[in-house]
Amino acid sequence: MSRLANPNRFQKFSRRVLPWAAGLAGLGLLAGLGLGLFFSPGDYQQGESVRIMYVHVPAAWMALGVYTLIALASGLFLVWKYPLADIVARAAAPLGAGFTLLTLVTGSLWGKPTWGTWWVWDARLTSVLILFFLYLGYIALQNAFDDGARGAKSAAVLALIGFVNVPIIKWSVEWWHTLHQPASVIRLDGPSIHISMLAPLLLMAAGFAAFFVVLLLIRVRSALLARKIRALRLVQAAADPHIGGR
Amino acid sequence: MWHFPALLRRELKLACRQASDSAAAVLFFLLAALLFPFGVGPETAVLARIAAGVIWVMALLAAMLSLERLFQTDYEDGSLELLAVAPVPLEGVVLAKGLAHWLTTGLPLLVASPVLALLLHLPVSAIGAMMLAMALGTPVLSFLGAIGAALVLGARRGGVLLALLLLPLLVPVLIFGVAAVDAAIQGQDPLPRLAVLGGFLILALGFAPWVSAAALRQALE
Repeated sequence: MSRLANPNRFQKFSRRVLPWAAGLAGLGLLAGLGLGLFFSPGDYQQGESVRIMYVHVPAAWMALGVYTLIALASGLFLVWKYPLADIVARAAAPLGAGFTLLTLVTGSLWGKPTWGTWWVWDARLTSVLILFFLYLGYIALQNAFDDGARGAKSAAVLALIGFVNVPIIKWSVEWWHTLHQPASVIRLDGPSIHISMLAPLLLMAAGFAAFFVVLLLIRVRSALLARKIRALRLVQAAADPHIGGR
Repeated sequence: MWHFPALLRRELKLACRQASDSAAAVLFFLLAALLFPFGVGPETAVLARIAAGVIWVMALLAAMLSLERLFQTDYEDGSLELLAVAPVPLEGVVLAKGLAHWLTTGLPLLVASPVLALLLHLPVSAIGAMMLAMALGTPVLSFLGAIGAALVLGARRGGVLLALLLLPLLVPVLIFGVAAVDAAIQGQDPLPRLAVLGGFLILALGFAPWVSAAALRQALE
């Protein structure tokens, strides 16, 4: 982990990982969508709309997972001052916000035929909505300062405070018995859904995770390159007799 | 003991010299809440149903208005840097500032809330529970707000940003604050909800000074 904190080593590592992650994302999403849309049964209660779950559930897992990643990276950045940790957190935030929005939108689309309403103020829905606002506040705080380093540190503290919401989302369906159904895949007594639905779900989850890794690596690589270009420009400007004043 | 009384006295004196700041927050609280009878109509039953929520939401927003200036003036004139290098813990400074903010904003809101409760037809039997809930909840706004104010210190458009950061985190206070009043209206015991609010207050008192001081040190680096 700390070996990768070196930006040059990270660039080399990410160049090797990127095609594998891209392949995995393509395969997982294609196979998951194919199985989920054409080769899995409809639900006896929900009918065909159950297929929305193959997008909704992986997106929700990613929304929580990405926030956890941001909180971890923020902790690493605040304690050990790894610059790469800040770049990773910064690159992951808009992706996490996107997954959260996808979760809310697909959940709403599924809720209309199933629950008969686009939105209810259920504990799970509300806490995910708060997660979305935490993502937006985190991104806004990063960009609110003229001094970029100050925004990075402030946002890192906020990310750690906001992490309090993640366990609340996870257990909201058990603490408050409201409308959203409890977990059916990650359970102590094993998954409670049939293999014909579990397989496309897990394939989609793998595809989503790989897709996130692809986007994250691309964003981190371009952020590192942008920093390098900026540093080179500064060196160039300092050497220029008209600008550097030497 | 790390000059806490002196720090608190300084904050209170400054707040008294600029009394219009906290007066503006209370006036906003009253005026904004009194827009609701015009917005939803003056029917007693409707107003009584939403009174607790309106009062709590307006208290949250009024606190947001005044929090932006918690560290701002000291940051701009350099006294915050002097306080940071002075032989008093910065955590103590935050505690004094948070307490002073509650005394000059939270307490006036608390005092003004029964007036609003009467105007919005909240059942008289629930006013006691509402006051208790606000007494436990408004200090949470001040101390959690101190974290937010330290995080946005020196930011562009700090006030809007502060609300964007804090309001999602304050939702639990709002939920249990309103739940305590609703329980009292329905003749139930509001104590469990009040106890949760008390728990929030203890958490805020325990964590906010450290987190806020850490954020302030970064702002002053």
